[in-house]
Amino acid sequence: MPSLGSDMTAGRLVLWRVTPGQTVKRGDIIAEVDTDKGVIEVEVFVSGRVERLLVGEGATVPVGTALAVISEDTPPRADPGPPPPSPPAVTEPAAAPSGSLHTPEAAAPIRQRISPSARRLARELGVDPGRVSGTGPGGAITRDDVTRAAAAKSPPAPVDAPMRMRQAIARAMSRSNREIPHYYVTHRISFDAARDFLERTNAERPPGERLVAGALLIRAVALALHDFPELNARWEDDAVVVNPSIHVGMAISLRGGGLVIPAVADADRLSLDQVMSRLRDVVERARRGQLRSSELAQGTITVTSLGERGVESVAGVIYPPQTALVGFGTPAVRPWVVDGQVVAKPVLSMTLAGDHRASDGHRGASFLARLEKLLSEPSRL
Amino acid sequence: MTTLTYREAIRVALSTALDADPRVLLMGEDVGRYGGAYAVSKGLLERFGPERIRDTPLAESGFLGAGIGAALGGLRPIVEIMTVNFSLLALDQVVNNAATLRHMSGGQLSVPLVVRMATGGGRQLAAQHSHSLEGWYAHVPGIKVLAPATVQDAHDLLLAALADPDPVFLFEHQLLYPTEGELDEARGPARIGEALVRREGHDVSLITYGGSLGKALAAASELAAAGISAEVIDLRTLRPLDTDTVCASVTRTHRAVIIDEGWKTGSFSAEVAALLAERAFYELDAPIARVCSAEVPIPYAKHLEEAALPRVPAIVSATLELFGRG
Repeated sequence: MPSLGSDMTAGRLVLWRVTPGQTVKRGDIIAEVDTDKGVIEVEVFVSGRVERLLVGEGATVPVGTALAVISEDTPPRADPGPPPPSPPAVTEPAAAPSGSLHTPEAAAPIRQRISPSARRLARELGVDPGRVSGTGPGGAITRDDVTRAAAAKSPPAPVDAPMRMRQAIARAMSRSNREIPHYYVTHRISFDAARDFLERTNAERPPGERLVAGALLIRAVALALHDFPELNARWEDDAVVVNPSIHVGMAISLRGGGLVIPAVADADRLSLDQVMSRLRDVVERARRGQLRSSELAQGTITVTSLGERGVESVAGVIYPPQTALVGFGTPAVRPWVVDGQVVAKPVLSMTLAGDHRASDGHRGASFLARLEKLLSEPSRL
Repeated sequence: MTTLTYREAIRVALSTALDADPRVLLMGEDVGRYGGAYAVSKGLLERFGPERIRDTPLAESGFLGAGIGAALGGLRPIVEIMTVNFSLLALDQVVNNAATLRHMSGGQLSVPLVVRMATGGGRQLAAQHSHSLEGWYAHVPGIKVLAPATVQDAHDLLLAALADPDPVFLFEHQLLYPTEGELDEARGPARIGEALVRREGHDVSLITYGGSLGKALAAASELAAAGISAEVIDLRTLRPLDTDTVCASVTRTHRAVIIDEGWKTGSFSAEVAALLAERAFYELDAPIARVCSAEVPIPYAKHLEEAALPRVPAIVSATLELFGRG
């Protein structure tokens, strides 16, 4: 079960799109999973053959549970392969010897009786062996016992989808404000070069191929990050861990309430037109509830823009485990001083929310200055 | 396809080999005039003459050594030893000569020797003619150890042994000689080192070979009536052991019962159990069970002998225990 957000703990497998024996390649959709974010398509990360499905349709399992066994593109072998590492033995503290040295068995701690295969299955299905009663020899827990226990696990109390999404947002945002010391820096820039560029470019294009400002902003953020890796990172184990790729998440509010943050992967390496077409695609699919697991989980920084709503600026909450969020306000016509003269210009307010553990305000301010430079030469984006 | 007995199937393979290759000869105690202690070679002396069907003195070390010498000299000798108990007199020839010469000569010598012998109990032949010691032979690198359990295998594995360039030992359970089955002579040599699934099942693997195969199949039928689907694996070759087939079966069924007429301590069944513990540990859903002979010299008295050998009810109850139904 993939994690589709840092606060997702479990997901319900709605539908298998593959059957055992089928060949799959990296990126294929193999299943649909119902999560706090709605029904998500799950992609496969390796190419190979589907050997077994481990989780049945309708089952809710914790994040990290193996859903299926896929053999990679190697010749089939009968050898079951190296066994997985055994889980640490659970032993209860031994009772202190009470003098009766002749009854060691009675005094010895009782290790739970569970077959090796059942123990492995329990881990795969997320079943706590401590809550399973065994029917095997000597009361040992068998595979069947684990399977029955997994089937009997009561499903979580039904919560409607919007409420679940609300809860997911609540968890992520609470965690962010609890754990991440935010700092904010705001920079107002003249947006006329970008606006002119958009008008010029779109004048020659049919409506379906026109650029929107959001694509320019995503592209500019992606390029600016090259010089500010600590803003495209995670804070882990008291250190900044820089993400090797730049995937810009775009906060998209849904008509039914709530929001999702699908990512435009490798936005620094795509052309502006490619960013635009990815953006159009994810926005449409987000509204239809057809996002893919990787798109939801992979963002390394978030961009949010409440431009349509006419707000001046957005000081957002960082989406864990990212270290930065860039909020863009509405590009609105404002008085702007050029060469000592007040002129009317479209002005854009950019606010960086930074994780103060990973970067400082000075770096954040430099990042925004870099963004300004990039947006002042939009034809180079 | 013809129906004949296990001993006749061996005789067919012997005749075929004697006909096909002038280097092939058979020797051992009573194989000529008497026709073999288990009547396997009946009629061969008359047909192939005393040069190729040779009666030997009661001197296992001597005639097995002669067989090794003949093999080194370019012949394809088949040595019959009356029972595995008597073969111990020749164990030095097996372990120190037959099994080692290719190795010690740096590959210059090979010993294409075939040794056949009866094994197992059940005919009231008492403690010096009834043991199952093939597991001891399977311990020795440099030889191959086969245990044909069916009429077809009695024929095909003997041909495979003759085609092999190294010493091959065939263990024929004495209760199998009169059993009948179908033989397709045209199939040719079997593959050494290949176990077979004799009955498919998905709840437990009954792993056995030779004289215990019939008991395992009978137990599987009884278990089916109790709602347990048992798979039966016939090892056929003890060395080299087909570890893949064994592990694949247990990976399907998650339970294993090993049936071996040898004694349990230090036995071939222990080897299979160790294999499963090493390579299929995380597939096991129950402890590995073994059904072996009682740790006594096999008794003469009929009821005691029966009690000492693996029996179908013992296999069934050992299996039921794995399901918590003991």
